[in-house]
Amino acid sequence: MAEKILMKGNEAIAISAIRNGVDGYFGYPITPQSEVMETLMKEKPWETSGMVVLQAESETSAVNMIYGGACCGKKVMTSSSSPGVSLMCEGISYMAGAELPCVIVDVMRGGPGLGTIQPSQSDYDMIVKGGGHGDFHNIVIAPASAQDMYDFVDWGFDLAFRYRNPVIILADGIIGQMMEKVEMHPVKPRRTAEDILRDAPWATTGKTAGRPRNIITSLSLDSDIQEVFNQKLSRKYAEIEAKEVKYIEYLTEDAEYLFVAFGCASRICEAAVDELRQDGIKAGLLRPVTLYPYPFTRVSELSARMKSVMSIELNLGQMVTDVRLAVEGRCPVGFYGRQGGNIFTPEEIVDAFKKFNNLK
Amino acid sequence: MDIAEIKRPENIVYRKPALITDNVMHYCPGCSHGTVHKLIAEVIDEMGIQESTIGISPVGCSVFAYNYIDIDWEEAAHGRAPALASATKRLCPDKHVFTYQGDGDLASIGTAEIIHACSRGENIVVIFINNGIYGMTGGQMAPTTLIGMKTSTTPYGRDPRLNGFPMVIADMISHLDGTAYITRQSVHTAAAVRKAKSAIRKAFEYSEKNIGLSFVEIVSTCNSGWKMSPVAANSWMVENMFKKYPIGDIKDVLK
Repeated sequence: MAEKILMKGNEAIAISAIRNGVDGYFGYPITPQSEVMETLMKEKPWETSGMVVLQAESETSAVNMIYGGACCGKKVMTSSSSPGVSLMCEGISYMAGAELPCVIVDVMRGGPGLGTIQPSQSDYDMIVKGGGHGDFHNIVIAPASAQDMYDFVDWGFDLAFRYRNPVIILADGIIGQMMEKVEMHPVKPRRTAEDILRDAPWATTGKTAGRPRNIITSLSLDSDIQEVFNQKLSRKYAEIEAKEVKYIEYLTEDAEYLFVAFGCASRICEAAVDELRQDGIKAGLLRPVTLYPYPFTRVSELSARMKSVMSIELNLGQMVTDVRLAVEGRCPVGFYGRQGGNIFTPEEIVDAFKKFNNLK
Repeated sequence: MDIAEIKRPENIVYRKPALITDNVMHYCPGCSHGTVHKLIAEVIDEMGIQESTIGISPVGCSVFAYNYIDIDWEEAAHGRAPALASATKRLCPDKHVFTYQGDGDLASIGTAEIIHACSRGENIVVIFINNGIYGMTGGQMAPTTLIGMKTSTTPYGRDPRLNGFPMVIADMISHLDGTAYITRQSVHTAAAVRKAKSAIRKAFEYSEKNIGLSFVEIVSTCNSGWKMSPVAANSWMVENMFKKYPIGDIKDVLK
C-alpha cells in the first residue's frame, strides 16, 4: 500500500514537485503559502533529484525565472498568494503568448490590496477570466484537499506540456494550511536531456547543426501574423474545452436543488447538502475541478431539472457569473458567500439556501 | 590582375561573421547595436560555443536581436532578462547564457532584476548598451540620460530637480560581491571595437569559471534619438558621455 503522510497542502505541493521530477521552483515568500519554498529548501532536492530551488527578489522576478526555465523545456513552477499573483500576471501573459508550459500555484487570500492573510477565493475572476493582458486563457484547476494539492502538480504539468500553456492551481489558504493524510504515489524521475530534445523540440537547448535556431518570443509587429497566432490559440482553447473539463458531482441523481462550489467551499457545501437531505430536501452539489475549461455543459444539463441553482463562494460572487451563463435562465440562480478571510459554516449555507428558496 | 585573382582566401581581411544571419538589420545607420551584435557573433563563433549559447533579448531597439545572431534565443519582458538568464543558467549549467539589454530595459524597469542577478553571482554575461535614451519608443529620457540632455520627455534638457540624476549602473554593481568582471567599452573607433571584442570574449570566458556575473557596458550612440549625424553623435559621445561614463575596466576579480 502506498505510504500516507500527514502534511499541509502547501507541503504537499513541495513534496509532490520533488517526487514528480520537477526541474525547478522559483518563488518569493508570501502568506499563506510560504511553506512551499520552506519545505523545498529543507528537503534540499538539488542533492537528490537535482531540482533547482531559488528564492527570487520579487514575484515579478520569480515568474520570469520560470519563463526562462520553461524556454529550455524544463518542468518549472512557482507559487504565491493573491497580491503576489497580481505581480506575476505580466509573466503569465508572456508565457501564454510564447506558448510555454508551467505550473503556478495561487494560494488565495482576502483582498483587494494587501487585504487579509486568511483564506478566500477572491482571485477567481483574475485567474479564470484573465491572469494578465491580452487574449488568452490559463488552464485553471482547483484543488479541494491536501491530496489534490499533491496530485494536481503532476496533472498540471501533464496539461501544461500537452497544450504548451500555463496551468494555474487555484487553491486557497484553507487548502494550503490544512493538514491531511496524503498518499505518496511512485516517484517520477526528472526528464533527461534526451527526453527534452524529443518532447520539446521547440526549446532553447542550444542551436545544433541541422535545425534552425529556436526563438521563444511573444512578439509580432505584424497584425496579420498576430491574428493568425491568436486564431491558433483559439483552436487550442477549443480543444482544451472539448477534452479537459473535469467536475465531481455529489448526490445530483435525484436532486431538485443544485449547489455549485469549488475548492474548500465545495467541501463545506457537501456538509450543507447532507444537512438538507436530513430535512428531506433533495439538494446536490457540482464541484468544478477545472475552472477553465468550465463545466458549462454539465451545469446547464443539470439546471434543466432543478428548482434553483446556488453558487457558494468565499468572495462577493465571481463564479456565479459563469453559473448564470450555464443556467441560461432555466431556473433561478442564487449566490451566498463570505469575504475577507471569513469562512461559512454548513449551517450558514443551509440558512442562505432556505431564504433564497423561500423554504422553512 | 582580375577580380577572381584578388578574391582569394589569403587576401580576405574582413567578412561577415559566420553567425550573423542574412536578415536585413532594422537598426538605423550609425547605431552601435549592429557593431556589438557582430562582436558577440564573432566571439561565440571563435570560442566554438554556438551549440551551448542561449541569448536573452530585451524590450527596446534590440528586441529583435534574435533575428540576427544564429543561436537559440529567449525574448524577455521589459527589464526581466536577468531573471530568465538566472533560471536558464541554473537549470542548464553547461550552457553559456547572456542577456543583451539597453539602458531603459536594464537601468530603469529592470533594476531589481539586474542588481539581484549580480548579487546572487549568477554565472551569466550581461551586455549593456548605454546610449542615454529610449530608442525604440522615440527618444524619451532614460535613467542614464545626462544632465542637460534633450530628449522627447526632457525637451528643455534633463533637470535634476525635475528628473533626478543619471544612474551609473556599472559602478553601482561593482560593489556587489557576486560580480566577477565589470568593464565599460565603446565601439566608435576601430581600436575601441577591438577592445570591446576582447572584453566580450573575457566575459564569456569568465562565465565558464563559475566566479560570478560578468558585465560589459558599451557606451553607445543613438544618432536618430540624439538627432545628430553618425559622425557628430560619435564626437558628442566622446565629449559628453565619456565624462560621466569613463571607458575602462571597473572590476576584475582575477586580477
